[in-house]
Amino acid sequence: MIEVKHVNKTFGDNHILKDVSAAFEKGKVNLIIGQSGSGKSVLAKCIVGLHEVDSGQILYDGRDFTKMDRLQRKEIRQEIGMLFQGSALFDSMTVEQNIMFPLTMFTKMSRKEMQDRVNFCLERVNLAGRNKLYPAECSGGMQKRIAIARAISMNPKYLFCDEPNSGLDPQTSILIDNLIREITYEYEITTIVITHDMNSVIEIGDSVIFINKGQNWWQGDRKSIITTDNPEINDFVFASDFMKEIKEKMKSE
Amino acid sequence: MGIIQNIGKYFMMMWIVFSKPEKWKIFYRRFFEEMELIGIKSLPIVALMSAFMGAVIALQTASNMDNPLLPTYTVGYITRSSTILEFSPTIISLILAGKVGSNIASEVGTMRVTEQIDALEIMGVNSLSYLVLPKVTSAMVFFPVLIIFSIGLSLLGGWMSLKLSGLSSTETYIYGIRFFYRDSDIVYALTKTVVFAFLITSIASFKGYYTKGGALDVGKSSTEAVVSASVAILIANFFLTQMFLL
Repeated sequence: MIEVKHVNKTFGDNHILKDVSAAFEKGKVNLIIGQSGSGKSVLAKCIVGLHEVDSGQILYDGRDFTKMDRLQRKEIRQEIGMLFQGSALFDSMTVEQNIMFPLTMFTKMSRKEMQDRVNFCLERVNLAGRNKLYPAECSGGMQKRIAIARAISMNPKYLFCDEPNSGLDPQTSILIDNLIREITYEYEITTIVITHDMNSVIEIGDSVIFINKGQNWWQGDRKSIITTDNPEINDFVFASDFMKEIKEKMKSE
Repeated sequence: MGIIQNIGKYFMMMWIVFSKPEKWKIFYRRFFEEMELIGIKSLPIVALMSAFMGAVIALQTASNMDNPLLPTYTVGYITRSSTILEFSPTIISLILAGKVGSNIASEVGTMRVTEQIDALEIMGVNSLSYLVLPKVTSAMVFFPVLIIFSIGLSLLGGWMSLKLSGLSSTETYIYGIRFFYRDSDIVYALTKTVVFAFLITSIASFKGYYTKGGALDVGKSSTEAVVSASVAILIANFFLTQMFLL
C-alpha cells in the first residue's frame, strides 16, 4: 500500500500540489485522473522520488520515502516497476537486454536464470521469441508491452503506469489495460495508473482519484464515478454529449 | 548568476559521477564500449587532420625560411615543436570537442527527453555514474593514445610534403625532429590531453543530462556542449601552458 499524506509541491511561484492526501491499495488498480496541468504527473513523480516534495509524507507500506537517504531509496526503487508514457526503452539495447537490465544491475542471477526470467516476462506479455529485436523495430503497442515486461522483471511490489494508452489504438489500449489489471491481481501489486483514457477508468479503475487544481478533488471506484453528482468530475469524465448519454443510460441501469 | 549556478551544478554532478559504480563488471563493459565509440571511431578524423596539419606546417615553415643564417633542419624542429606542444593536443582536442562532445550531449540529451534517464533512476541506478563515468574515464585513457597517434602522423605528413615538394631532405628533416628533443614536451602534451578529455566529456555530459524539452532542445544542448567545451579547452590551455612552460 502507498499512502500520500498532505503533500505540497511548488515550482517557483506555482503551487502545483496543494495538501494532497490519498491511499493506493495493494492488489488494486488505482487510477489518477485529471485535466492536463492538474498536477497528476507531478504527484506520480513525487511518489517515485523524481521530484522532491516540499512537505508531507509518502509511505510505502509504512516506510516514509521522503525521509530516506539515497541508499534506502535505492532499496525501495528496486521494488518499483514503471511504465513510462513513451515506454522509455533503452534504444541501444535489444528487447532481451532491456528486460535483463535491472536483473544484471541488482541481482546475482546466473546468465541462464536471467534468460529464463526474460523469456517468462516476454511470454507474460505475449511477446515470446521477440528477444533479439530492437525497440525501434517494434510497434508502439509492442514497446508498451516490452516496457511492462521490463517493469515486472524484478517482481515489483509497486507498479506505476504513466498514461499507458497514449498513442495507441483502442484495441491495443484494451490489451494493455487488461495486462496491467491481470498482473496487478496475479502478483498482488500496488498499481498506480495515470490516465486520460475514459475506457480505462470504466474498465480497470478499482479506485479512482480525481486531481483538480492540484488537490485531491474526488475519490471513488469505477461505479461511483458514474453515479457521482460532482460537477467537475462529470465535466471531465463525461465531457462529450455522447458520453453524457452513456452515463445516463448506465445510471438508469 | 546563471553561470555561477551552472558551475555549482556541474561540480555537484561530478561529485555524483565519481561515486562508486553499482557493479564493476558493468562499468568495465561500458568503459570499453565507450572507448570504442569515443576513441577508436575518432581515429579516421584524427588521422586525416593530423597528416594534413603536419604537411601544412612543414610546407609553410620551409617556404618562409629565406634567411641563410637559419639552419635547414629548422623545418623539422619547428614541425615537431609546434605539433607536440600545440597542434596535436589542442587543435585535435578542439576537433574532438566537436565530434565527441556533440555526440555525447545529443545521446545523453535524447535519453533525458525520452525519459530513459528517469527509467534508470526509478530502477535505483545511479544514472550519472552509469552513463557519464565510463565516458569520462575512457576518454581520459584513450585521448592520449589518439594524440600520440596524431603526433606521429603529423610528423609523417610533414615529411611527405617536404619529400614531394623537394624543399628539404629526409635526413635534414629527421635531424630537425630529433634536435633538442625533450621528454617533458610529451609529458606536457599528454597532461593537457587528459585535462581536455575530461573537460570535453564532462561538459558535454552535463549539457546533455540537464536538457529540458524536446528534440530542438537536444540540438541546442549539443551546440552549447561544443561551444562550452571549446572555450574551456582554450582557457585551460592558457593556464596549463603558464604552469608547465613558464
